[in-house]
Amino acid sequence: MAEQQITSEDIIQEENLVFDRTSLLTDNVFHYCPGCGHGVVHRVLMEIIEELDVQDKAIGIAPVGCSVLAYNYMDIDMQEAAHGRAPALATGIKRTMPDKYVFTYQGDGDLAAIGTAETIHACNRGENIAIIFINNGIYGMTGGQMAPTTLEKMKSSTTPYGRNIQQMGNPLKITELVAQLPGTCYVTRQVVHTPAGVRKTKRAIRNAFKYQQEERGLSFIEVVSNCNSGWKMSPNQANKWLEENMLPYYPTGDLKKPEDK
Amino acid sequence: MAKVTGRIVVDTERCKGCAVCVPSCPFDVIALADEVNSKGFHYAYMKNPEACTGCTNCALVCPDAVIKVFRKKVTA
Repeated sequence: MAEQQITSEDIIQEENLVFDRTSLLTDNVFHYCPGCGHGVVHRVLMEIIEELDVQDKAIGIAPVGCSVLAYNYMDIDMQEAAHGRAPALATGIKRTMPDKYVFTYQGDGDLAAIGTAETIHACNRGENIAIIFINNGIYGMTGGQMAPTTLEKMKSSTTPYGRNIQQMGNPLKITELVAQLPGTCYVTRQVVHTPAGVRKTKRAIRNAFKYQQEERGLSFIEVVSNCNSGWKMSPNQANKWLEENMLPYYPTGDLKKPEDK
Repeated sequence: MAKVTGRIVVDTERCKGCAVCVPSCPFDVIALADEVNSKGFHYAYMKNPEACTGCTNCALVCPDAVIKVFRKKVTA
């Protein structure tokens, strides 16, 4: 058979479409910097909600941080929490409306600094919610200040010579911390800068929604992400830096996973 | 033998030119254009469309969800 000539027009047809922007993301352009991991996590979350067909049952809690405007992009019911208080708000919403899927979406400054008490106690109570924690080791929105998760010797606008462990303490592994608590059912750490990482993150979020439906307890998903503006790097340099520096300290994988029912 | 070929369509106005898609492509299909969109970003485009298999890797890592992927089986 002769070599078939195939043109771009033949391929770009509706029936050949294999990947498209999910309809649960609104048409607003993300305000995030180019290359920011927030956009990927937003998209993956909305893809899962679309797959499970629970748009009318999902309630998200937006944090304070770069993702404070998450409700502009996610076409589901959203609530804005005071700084760090998202798990407390999620607790209230889930307890009054137990049939809803409730998740919080928080950054490291929100969850691991000002909201430590809310996070740990919500995890300890085993509230039936999902916490999605984006860890980029810095306060991105306010200008790249040191966060509890900032690595040793990592430069930020408040640690221009690098984080000094003796003065400022060790980087906080809050995910390992909450994994010790009996209230959490699923604790995992993922990345979104590689295609494989995105697929695994998607699986993790799907698991979290499944466990919530089965009333198994709290699911905690940490996503190690980048902040190329705060780290003063290009997006691809930041992703490389993330692999070389963040991942050895924050290794990916499941820390706790329940048995399948 | 059946072969798969793909194409991507980039929403050039939304693309922020972060170039995260460029190293994610296993076949070196994507590059940033010399031209810019109305916001001044060098958007992504297919510099080598014949090599595309429609694997969706670029669309998965795209932080702004601007890439649509099409895939078709062709018999050669």
